[in-house]
Amino acid sequence: MSLLSDLVNLNLSDSTKQIIAEYIWIGGSGMDIRSKARTLPGPVSDPSKLPKWNYDGSSTGQAAGDNSEVILYPQAIFRDPFRRGDNILVMCDAYTPAGDPIPTNKRHKAAKIFSHPNVAKEVPWYGIEQEYTLMQKGVNWPIGWPIGGFPGPQGPYYCGVGADKAIGRDIVDAHYKACLYAGIGISGVNGEVMPGQWEFQVGPVEGISAGDQVWVARYLLERITEISGVNVSFDPKPVPGDWNGAGAHCNYSTKTMRNDGGLAVIKKAIEKLQVKHKEHIAAYGEGNERRLTGKHETADINTFSWGVANRGASVRVGRDTEKEGKGYFEDRRPASNMDPYVVTSMIAETTILG
Amino acid sequence: MSLLTDLVNLNLSETTDKIIAEYIWVGGSGMDMRSKARTLPGPVSDPSELPKWNYDGSSTGQAPGEDSEVILYPQAIFKDPFRRGNNILVMCDAYTPAGEPIPTNKRHAAAKVFSHPDVVAEVPWYGIEQEYTLLQKDVNWPLGWPIGGFPGPQGPYYCSVGADKSFGRDIVDAHYKACLYAGINISGINGEVMPGQWEFQVGPAVGISAGDEIWVARFILERITEIAGVVVSFDPKPIPGDWNGAGAHCNYSTKSMREDGGYEIIKKAIDKLGLRHKEHIAAYGEGNERRLTGHHETADINTFLWGVANRGASIRVGRDTEKEGKGYFEDRRPASNMDPYIVTSMIAETTILWKP
Repeated sequence: MSLLSDLVNLNLSDSTKQIIAEYIWIGGSGMDIRSKARTLPGPVSDPSKLPKWNYDGSSTGQAAGDNSEVILYPQAIFRDPFRRGDNILVMCDAYTPAGDPIPTNKRHKAAKIFSHPNVAKEVPWYGIEQEYTLMQKGVNWPIGWPIGGFPGPQGPYYCGVGADKAIGRDIVDAHYKACLYAGIGISGVNGEVMPGQWEFQVGPVEGISAGDQVWVARYLLERITEISGVNVSFDPKPVPGDWNGAGAHCNYSTKTMRNDGGLAVIKKAIEKLQVKHKEHIAAYGEGNERRLTGKHETADINTFSWGVANRGASVRVGRDTEKEGKGYFEDRRPASNMDPYVVTSMIAETTILG
Repeated sequence: MSLLTDLVNLNLSETTDKIIAEYIWVGGSGMDMRSKARTLPGPVSDPSELPKWNYDGSSTGQAPGEDSEVILYPQAIFKDPFRRGNNILVMCDAYTPAGEPIPTNKRHAAAKVFSHPDVVAEVPWYGIEQEYTLLQKDVNWPLGWPIGGFPGPQGPYYCSVGADKSFGRDIVDAHYKACLYAGINISGINGEVMPGQWEFQVGPAVGISAGDEIWVARFILERITEIAGVVVSFDPKPIPGDWNGAGAHCNYSTKSMREDGGYEIIKKAIDKLGLRHKEHIAAYGEGNERRLTGHHETADINTFLWGVANRGASIRVGRDTEKEGKGYFEDRRPASNMDPYIVTSMIAETTILWKP
């Protein structure tokens, strides 16, 4: 297919100033990502200079057929690792023609929270650990698993190496470099406990940008699995039984938590989260009750617990943070299919404004 | 899949100063290797400048769930032959948060031996011959062997060439170049006596570095077999019967052995090893009793025997060494699944520090 690849990889900068911008948004289910591309007359690096656009909301479950235009507002720009050159990816959120955020637009409200002066001055940082499972196309069974059967039990796969332990690494490594190229703050990757399951981490990223970066990172992942002929699943418990679920642990800190005396601020914040456990859980991803069982390194969904270095707790504080008296903590409750705009802003709202 | 390959091979140096560091450690079985990657703000060439890290020890059999953090101390840096650019591989060892080496951390005690002044003064060199077997995925039967059957008997395969004699050379050659690229002191490779079995040699490496280089060479090998869809086995006797086992012969010399009069020092060292045969054998790899039978170029596990040019001995001294009166000797006892930190430091300890 080298003629096709030659065309896909054409470097247009030699022949034109025009660039291609891929506008990305979240569809009607709240988890499906959509995108389409347009030509722009020249390179752009500031989202406010990009034109608003629109799409057919009746085809994504986000508008009625007789009033189908949904308006896209560009919010963040990333370099396009597929088209390269000066071409860009644009993370957008969606509005009615009248200028109101549509119901599935969770970014708008999150941005309001992050621009509240009390929140802004705390400079909230997020590190999100996005877990996901790679599935064989067509059969919806994890990659590397025999059809009609199971692999050997969990144990050898976490951070494993070898054809019988690590499956799909080329997707993971391509994604790592693609994200770095795009300008996403990807801080690491690792193979997970269940075979065919992987994790990448984005962070530390400040405020609203955490949500933008996780969504674009998810988009890049799904573009790459599309190339590989594999499906990516963000289901929190893709295989029932003695197999780990998939989460999106959210590491969090504010300015006061990162400064001397921060540990006391952290403990107060955790207490506030405890009071609002039910509300957070309701917003932390569909199907999480299949994952948060109290087994497989989770805390039971109805229980709020926290501990140092305890992977069976709802919230975990690292040993370093305990030792230095300042740092950050990890909310282990969010499911892999959580909306990062919702989770990040809710944690800030509860701990700073609550 | 060239679009995927384009991304995997992206040269990031053009767009960012950031690098990717793959931290590698030995897992709970003492033979399983684990790794994960992190982004660093810029190139690093000195391990002491790398941050410590931690991992979930409860997922590798190295810590309980309620106190799961195990700390990784970076010890050696190699260039990453998969990600290339300024990206690196980092060999680490594992500690509790309190700073104690965890039980499976064999490097710590080895490093102590190698920093003893008497050992340092002797500049111990190691050349390790790592044998391994390539197996077909899912059936775990050697590469090139018919399913449900056997190839023709041993004879044609050692150092051979040809599609009916040599299985998996692309893995071996990729590994050779990858190790050289990474900065590992790989000194050679050859096809082995059993079909599907190969060997690479690392050395001469000094002191603790021998262990680091062997572990990273093993990691690179398993990454390459992962790409090739083949399983690598370090079992010392993968197929019972009239088929060779797999060893990790350890060639060894000290400064005094390499100088004039060294042959006498070598003989004294071999005598000391003979007095501690049982202790060494116990530390030379699990399952070695299936391999050290006295047949197939091994000495029986209960016997300590040495000889010049004798491949049926526990220790072999090369003819060159005998002729020149100085050089090195080869401990043929270690199994392919030995821990190089243990074997190299134990040989140094017995021959340099131990008094009978």
